[in-house]
Amino acid sequence: MKEIKFVLNGKEVSVKADPLKRLLDVLREDKKMTGVKEGCGEGECGACAVLKDGVLVNSCMIPLGAAEGSEIITPEGIRDTEKGKCIIDAFGTAGAVQCGFCTPGMMMATDALLTQNKKPSVDEIREALSGNLCRCTGYDLIVKGVQIASERGKDLW
Amino acid sequence: MVDSYRPKDLKDALRIRGEYGSTPLAGGTDLMVRYQSWAGTLPLFTNSVMFVGHLHELKYIKKIENSLEVGGTATLSMVADHPDTPRVLRDAVLSIAAPALRNNATLTGNICNASPAGDSVCALYALDALIRLEKNGSSRELPVVEFITGPGRTLLGKDELVTAITIPLKNSSIDNFTKVGTRRANALSKLSFTGIADYKNGRIDSIALTFGAVGPTVVRSVELEKKLLGLSRAELKAGKESILSDYSTVIVPIDDQRSTAVYRKKVALNLLDKFINEVADYE
Repeated sequence: MKEIKFVLNGKEVSVKADPLKRLLDVLREDKKMTGVKEGCGEGECGACAVLKDGVLVNSCMIPLGAAEGSEIITPEGIRDTEKGKCIIDAFGTAGAVQCGFCTPGMMMATDALLTQNKKPSVDEIREALSGNLCRCTGYDLIVKGVQIASERGKDLW
Repeated sequence: MVDSYRPKDLKDALRIRGEYGSTPLAGGTDLMVRYQSWAGTLPLFTNSVMFVGHLHELKYIKKIENSLEVGGTATLSMVADHPDTPRVLRDAVLSIAAPALRNNATLTGNICNASPAGDSVCALYALDALIRLEKNGSSRELPVVEFITGPGRTLLGKDELVTAITIPLKNSSIDNFTKVGTRRANALSKLSFTGIADYKNGRIDSIALTFGAVGPTVVRSVELEKKLLGLSRAELKAGKESILSDYSTVIVPIDDQRSTAVYRKKVALNLLDKFINEVADYE
């Protein structure tokens, strides 16, 4: 057990845990940030995606010790921001949400994409979401959702 | 439960590695899967772990004269984004997993995992890349081809760390990296191929041909490549069948969960056939 500090959704936090504990488990269990989901647990489905120092990563593959001192943003951290609301509304308009399990990860990937590229093409959207699996297979609607977020949010990113 | 260390800099990391022989963990994208346990429980590492992903001294890519030097903790995304990265390596790296994984995984990790299906490794073999290993007080550099000795096996000493990968930059006119997998993203290779070639005065001046996931390591035969040096376009075309038959003796894949030996061999030779045509028809 070790006391490990990092910044979570803008606030400095400290967690007492084994440094090898997965960031995913720290977020869900210690910090009750259940927007982060566990799908595959091996970096293939993107349900556990968070931003680490501004880039999209899978929290199931990151031991807590590797996140020490970094800035982590979970779906809870963008949900109530202008960008977050824009993505949520756009996904709603497009009908991009079916069971909803992949949605938080899809939102994180969308935010990461629009931060780098305000007006992505369909191919660029598909590439950016390629690490996020939707078991309901509603991909076309999710891509549409990202397009709508990109149009409506052109002044946000 | 095992111990873990978080060195403050490279010097500290080399000391810890020398003292405890801890497993270096940079991105963790292979290690966390290999030692994965049930959800909510600790991964089952058997050796102590040293976090190295945060070591900024090693998180760089820079062009030095005619080489590209990739720091030991540089991520695959950094490699893909660098303007001087050779095209075959960029294509290979972009064929690995998906953005979130590439943002975290390192080139060093893909090499040290030493999988015959490691996509970057197939390109690095063809590019004559070198790997630099450091320990407290000394360093050595060796070709990646020699560094990897078998599936999951390398020459990395228990007290050594990979600090850089050096890729000689040679403006080759013809190059190709192809990965064959079940789907575009997030699939491990059934097989992969890299070809690089160049002419001088109408004759082949340099050629490198490598095949991934068709043997215990990535396959490259310098002897067979030597037979191609000096050939004209017409000679290359005329000799294609014999080249393919030579290569069919060094491409010896196995059946596993991802593909079959028959499929792998057939497709590997088809990709070679296609590349030879491309080289013979160049200009």
